[in-house]
Amino acid sequence: MNRLSDFMLPPARSTFAGETDALFNFINIVSLILLVGITIAMIYFAIKYRRRSEDETTPLITHHAGLEITWSVIPLILVLIVFAWGFKGYMNHSTPPSDSYEIRVVGASWRWDFIYENGFVSTNELHVPKDRPVRLVMSSDDVIHSFFVPDYRVKRDVIPNRYTQIWFEATSSDTSQVFCTEYCGTAHSNMLAEVIVHEQSEFDDWLASAAAANDNMSPVELGEQLIGQQGCATCHSSDGSAGIGPTFQGLFGSERTMTDGSTVTADENYLRESMLEPATRVVEGYQPVMPTFAQLNDRQLDAIIEYLKTID
Amino acid sequence: MSTSESTHENTLQVRRYKPEEAPRKTYLTEEKGLKAWLTTVDHKKIGLMYLGSIAFFFFVGGILALILRTELWTPAQNFLSADAYNQIFTLHGAIMVFFFLVPSVPAALGNFILPLQLGCKDVAFPRLNLASFYIYLIGAVIVVGAILTGGVDTGWTFYTPYSTQTGGSVMIMTFGVFVLGFSSILTGVNFITTIHRLRAPGLGWNRLSLFNWSLYATSIIQLLATPVLAITLLLLTMERLLGIGIFDPNIGGDPVLFQHFFWFYSHPAVYIMIVPGFGIISEVISTFSKKHIFGYWAIAISSLAIAFIGFLVWGHHMFTAGQSSLANMVFSFLTFFVGIPTGIKIFNWVATMYRGSIDLKVPMLYALYFLFLFMIGGFTGIMVGALLVDVHLHDTYYVVAHFHYVMMGGMVFALLAGLHYWWPKMFGKMYNETWAKIASVFVFIGFNLTFLPQFVMGSLGMPRRYFNYLEEFQIYHQLSTMGAFTMFIGFSIMITYLIYSMMKGEQAKANPWGSRALEWQVSSPPELHNFHHTPVIIHGPYDYHKPMHEFQLGIDSVHSENGHGENGHSIAEATVDAAEERH
Repeated sequence: MNRLSDFMLPPARSTFAGETDALFNFINIVSLILLVGITIAMIYFAIKYRRRSEDETTPLITHHAGLEITWSVIPLILVLIVFAWGFKGYMNHSTPPSDSYEIRVVGASWRWDFIYENGFVSTNELHVPKDRPVRLVMSSDDVIHSFFVPDYRVKRDVIPNRYTQIWFEATSSDTSQVFCTEYCGTAHSNMLAEVIVHEQSEFDDWLASAAAANDNMSPVELGEQLIGQQGCATCHSSDGSAGIGPTFQGLFGSERTMTDGSTVTADENYLRESMLEPATRVVEGYQPVMPTFAQLNDRQLDAIIEYLKTID
Repeated sequence: MSTSESTHENTLQVRRYKPEEAPRKTYLTEEKGLKAWLTTVDHKKIGLMYLGSIAFFFFVGGILALILRTELWTPAQNFLSADAYNQIFTLHGAIMVFFFLVPSVPAALGNFILPLQLGCKDVAFPRLNLASFYIYLIGAVIVVGAILTGGVDTGWTFYTPYSTQTGGSVMIMTFGVFVLGFSSILTGVNFITTIHRLRAPGLGWNRLSLFNWSLYATSIIQLLATPVLAITLLLLTMERLLGIGIFDPNIGGDPVLFQHFFWFYSHPAVYIMIVPGFGIISEVISTFSKKHIFGYWAIAISSLAIAFIGFLVWGHHMFTAGQSSLANMVFSFLTFFVGIPTGIKIFNWVATMYRGSIDLKVPMLYALYFLFLFMIGGFTGIMVGALLVDVHLHDTYYVVAHFHYVMMGGMVFALLAGLHYWWPKMFGKMYNETWAKIASVFVFIGFNLTFLPQFVMGSLGMPRRYFNYLEEFQIYHQLSTMGAFTMFIGFSIMITYLIYSMMKGEQAKANPWGSRALEWQVSSPPELHNFHHTPVIIHGPYDYHKPMHEFQLGIDSVHSENGHGENGHSIAEATVDAAEERH
């Protein structure tokens, strides 16, 4: 049973994993027994009762009420067990404990923002305390996304104009993968994030220092951090390789040809405009799919521009 | 056989009409030429035109799948852009579901076989039947137009708000699907009427073939579910043109409402696709076991039960979509009840083989593959029906593998069983048995190689509709891609021997499988009007314990006016006398 889980399921890193995996294994094993049994019966009949001559006759067997009832009632009992088990476990998912630590999640095409109690925002990196229930209150800025952590066995759609919630309790300090599982367009498969788990005391320290760290950084350092946090790398590479958006390499100061045929020099003003109103001027060969980053303040915009100057 | 106590005026003289072997006049040799085909109202020709169309769409959809699988050989980008990938998987889904699966068995094989099994000359509304075919084509042209004018990248589910915000021609595409829906509705009306009104004398509901029962159940779903698709489109149009907020959250709509509407049609549509497949399996297993079907009523009623319950489970597509826990509970509970009638069918089919005389010809081989694959599809359906596990598996490759096991492992394998079963009847030619078996092994192994690894990677967390993926999933993707190409080899062999059979195949006998069903009691291929006589039915189609000649009885068409319809029962009794007298 454990071998089956090891092969088919990701590592179990939340309190939900145990029950989900147990039900997964139960259904698999019962199904396997039935599948093998029926298949063997089929093959056995096909060999034992193979046609030996063309004018063979067969007995008239039309039905058997006892058998019909047996193979209706036994599966019925099995599926009712599965239903009850599945529902009971699901109710745990939908009732977060009242002492849960709360984090706001905003999904947008194509990034995840995590907003903590002190207002700090991390992008594509969710930091949570270990061994403590965490409740995520989620909404979307545009289309429907879905927040999925396989290691925790949790998933919930993230919907515009409505809050959905999810909760879990991490039991391991290993980092886990987050996927977007509701199709959301071009970079759907790049809309990834990670869950980073800290011990409670470490988590408090991290949160306090993360909020303060921004103020002491040099613009280039801050810019580099923001590029990571804001999910820019989802579409823009820094090494010249192709992506959904143009690469950052050698961008600053270069001549850009726009979709309308005009040319622009990528100076500070152009870069600023590209972050705040990305659809105004789009580089030839690319689609106007970049979201606006109006949430960035002037200091952050400057920092990103300073950092872009260093990539050549 | 007990002697009947029927009164004298009910006694009809029946005689045996032995089917003509190697007939010179058939529906294929009469009314030839392109114009005759395009304007034909013959159900057999219309069935073949559908067959050609669905084969074409299956080919196109299959090639698209191969392109996707090739792109997925490595985790990063290969030769497609992300947008191209998204458009191709949308097309693959939309074409396979709406243009291949929905019309495949009912419109192609159903059209051809239904009147033959009922013992009538055509469906109840032959012109409407032709109209359905053209409406289907018009729908297809509109969808192709939508693709050429903009490309649609929403997935075949068209979920809002993504579908209202993305460019492309989503509205045109949905309109094409809407037009297609009418074709579906009209075929449903036609079949229901035909089954009610045009059964041959003596063909009571208890002697209806299980294929016809399944078409009956399917037609009911088509008739009741398809209009919801039209309503959904109307609401989308109102939103776009009049600015009434229905699905778009920016103007006060609810995007999840769209999912309810969509699945209220599309879930029953899943049963439109699979239920006729069940019918084929019943025919094939009984014929190649030369044995009465086990549990006739259990199989017939379970088709209707699936059709009915199928309407009440659409919410299981939205377990993680923010539906209330109560709704989730009810939908999960009802979902399991679809499993029961499906299980009953499987057990009855296997029981039919018990003490049979089993001939592992190609159709039977496909039927056995079907049983194996469909069981996997069914069991994994139980898995995703369980709320707790679905939270983990929803929108991963596990679901992709599950519905391919049901739709392809189930439906396509059933279709292939039916195609090989009725091929001699349709074209009057046999195909090469050996090559057909070789191809079937390729398709079967390729299919499993494609989709078994998808169960594993889905459980491990690989989300569906991903253009790029994490490296840890590569091995599963590569196995899957190899499987897809193995299937391609199998299908290529199949196309080759089928085309060869059409051109140079050996002449088929009227009843090469020794079946008792009525469609095998006419020549292969049938005459233009199927029967020159009015067939008279005194046995069910699975009565293999009765001699063959008692399945070939009929009266001259001239006398058929007073023979049709209500007093079928007394005629049947009378003909028992007649049959006895002949000995």
